[in-house]
Amino acid sequence: MDILKKFEIGNPYEYVASLKKATGKPVLAYMCSYTPEEIIYAAGLHPFRIFGQVEAISKADAHLQAYSCSLVRGALEDALQGKLSFVDGAVFPHTCDSIQRLSDIWRLNAGMKHHFDVVWAVKLNTQSARKYMHDVLVRFVSELEQSFVVKITDEKLKHAITTYNEIRSLLKTIWQLKSDNKSALTGSQMNALIKAAMIMDRDEVVANLRALIPSIQLSPKKETRKRIMLIGGICNHPDIYDYIESGGGVVVWDDLCTGSRYFEGAIATDEDPLTAIANRYYERNLCPAKHRDYYTRAETIKAMIKEHNVQGAIFLYLKFCDPHSFDYPYLKEALDEVGVPSMLVELEQQLPSEGQMKTRLEAFIDMI
Amino acid sequence: MSESQEKKDNRIKSVKRMKEIMTNYYIEAKTAAQNNKKVAWITSGGPVEPLLVMDVIPVYPENHGAMIGASKMGVDLCQKAEEMGYCRDLCSYARSDIAAAPINGGPIGGLPKPDFLVCCNNICGTVLKWYEVQARYFNVPLFIFDTPFCHSEMTKEARDYVGAQILEYISFLEEHCGKKFDYDKASQVGKLSVAGQRLWQAVLDTAMHKPAPMSAFDAFFHLALIVTLRGTQIVVDYYTELLNEMKERIAHGISAIPNEKYRLLWDNLPVWYKTKWLSDTFASHDACLVADTYTTAWCRQLDYLDENDFLKSMIEGYTAIYLNISVEQMAKAVIGMIDKYDVDGLVMHSNRSCKPYSLGQYDIQRIVQKERGIPSLIIEADMVDERNFSEAQVLTRIEAFMEIIKDKKR
Ligand code: SF4
Ligand code: SF4
Repeated sequence: MDILKKFEIGNPYEYVASLKKATGKPVLAYMCSYTPEEIIYAAGLHPFRIFGQVEAISKADAHLQAYSCSLVRGALEDALQGKLSFVDGAVFPHTCDSIQRLSDIWRLNAGMKHHFDVVWAVKLNTQSARKYMHDVLVRFVSELEQSFVVKITDEKLKHAITTYNEIRSLLKTIWQLKSDNKSALTGSQMNALIKAAMIMDRDEVVANLRALIPSIQLSPKKETRKRIMLIGGICNHPDIYDYIESGGGVVVWDDLCTGSRYFEGAIATDEDPLTAIANRYYERNLCPAKHRDYYTRAETIKAMIKEHNVQGAIFLYLKFCDPHSFDYPYLKEALDEVGVPSMLVELEQQLPSEGQMKTRLEAFIDMI
Repeated sequence: MSESQEKKDNRIKSVKRMKEIMTNYYIEAKTAAQNNKKVAWITSGGPVEPLLVMDVIPVYPENHGAMIGASKMGVDLCQKAEEMGYCRDLCSYARSDIAAAPINGGPIGGLPKPDFLVCCNNICGTVLKWYEVQARYFNVPLFIFDTPFCHSEMTKEARDYVGAQILEYISFLEEHCGKKFDYDKASQVGKLSVAGQRLWQAVLDTAMHKPAPMSAFDAFFHLALIVTLRGTQIVVDYYTELLNEMKERIAHGISAIPNEKYRLLWDNLPVWYKTKWLSDTFASHDACLVADTYTTAWCRQLDYLDENDFLKSMIEGYTAIYLNISVEQMAKAVIGMIDKYDVDGLVMHSNRSCKPYSLGQYDIQRIVQKERGIPSLIIEADMVDERNFSEAQVLTRIEAFMEIIKDKKR
């Protein structure tokens, strides 16, 4: 599994900075899986996701109240500390109220040359919203073209679609192997993979994922650990997977931005590329900051539970995250109805002490 | 005249009429079903005029939240919401309203059940989630009026999108009310709405006078009508009366506080359970909060609204509103108010409940400091959940702030 080493990128900022040096590609940072990465890639730029690194917040406190989530605060802190000086610009898709305001604060304070807002629709169940999503992309394309003096041709978009479809389907294959007990990867290794897929050069990601699959495949083994699903936004705490595993569980699927929400949903290859890309974001598995119907998320999650034989679910939320917190009671109820026990873990900047976290997770897994 | 008499005479007389109107409104809303009328719940920044055209009674959960806060029933209901699984960090309007629904809680024994819901996300993403919760609970249709955020300006595609939704909204209403939309009536309602907003602006403008005949705390109270009954004759009549009273007060030298020396601007929602305390505390320093960014939100749209083509002008009128614009544009609006009302300081309520209003306040504060150099104060609180308010701490900060203001004016 030497190939796995290729996904060990250490410090993402150093990685991307040196990638930029080597390739000369301008770099665009983003913070949410509704960022149309395909377009950034097609423009010949390097998209990468910021997860927020800094442990202690100091500079961001002058701009954001303590009741904003750690993702928003952490990312701003990194920018204000100059850790993102190699970044040429940032992209803010419309998701929650906090990201929306962060965009303003970022534009005023982060000192980046370029700034883009991709103000998506919020309700994703009408033809007018579908059309609007397409029009938003048209604007984004022309803004990128102007800012970086490039031409985003249909050819380039089609190539981007192929690349992203492949990344997504490879990741899905890897998740499926895990669900089928046919994978040698641990949960934290999988978490590293998906984060790397949002940071590394995308062509390299494709090549490495392709090469990785054969080396992780095992014949199905008997699995006695409890089958767990994670539900939430992002997970930037790989330790959680280790604790679950040492507590007698195994994560077999998820509804996370650092998981299935990133890789589910292929882009159609037989229609106008921008329409096809817009459609993927319009149709993809719903994030709680978007609306389709009042029961869509519960239905999606229940289907995942069935398909992957999930025995227990862990809600992994960032503290102060409104969209996810609002969905919690009803999702929990939906899980109760199908007899799947669940627990809620609210994450702050740092994980609670290892012992405490392990005990809680273990107790939950025992109970399943 | 004894002091208490003097105070009594200071009171705004229209208050009584206002209370009557609100009581009637809620009685009518609560008996709607008996009178074969439909009730729609709608967000405070939502396009209410089409509902009036369809004879639907609009009900505002946010106004409900404010009443819950003002009657100090917030903590109890918020705790109930937490027992239901809603995290304590969520908007306290949403929490208290969600908790009130199943038990008919709150000062008026719960809101009348909705026939459908109308949610406009021009104020926040919270209302989207809140209305989803209520749509599931009441099992009623939900119309979402999606107004893309304006980081710089309203884009052409956003205009098209919102324009299309006005038609979708009308068809939604036609379907759920079982009758055609009356466009003639719509233009009347539109005219009344604009007239009401103009009058409300005129009322608020009277505070430009020194001393101000009314304060932001009065505005918080009288606001309820422009929110809930916008588009009706009642609002026009009432604000005409109120405006006259304000003019009279100016003519007779009656001011909101007895001895106005310092004029301040308030930012964000009121701290509903502490309005009197805050008002008295500032008054004890001869400081009057003469204006606020919150109550003007219901007339700022006037720049976009066209009384002769109301439906079309709703596109921008409902999209480019105060909370749906960037921090820079908000700062500009704040500075405009500082100049207009000639204030000496800015008081910002950092409201844990409301992220779109509060995140960015620190930057606005800096911009104001740079552009106008006036002192500002940030009060950490919450509009309804009293657990997030420390009277001692706030008092100390107000005192320190007033010292700075006084020093500057000396
Ligand atoms: S974690 Fe929640 S609050 Fe934070 S950026 Fe994501 S959706 Fe917004
Ligand atoms: S989050 Fe703010 S704008 Fe939204 S409902 Fe609550 S107080 Fe109102």
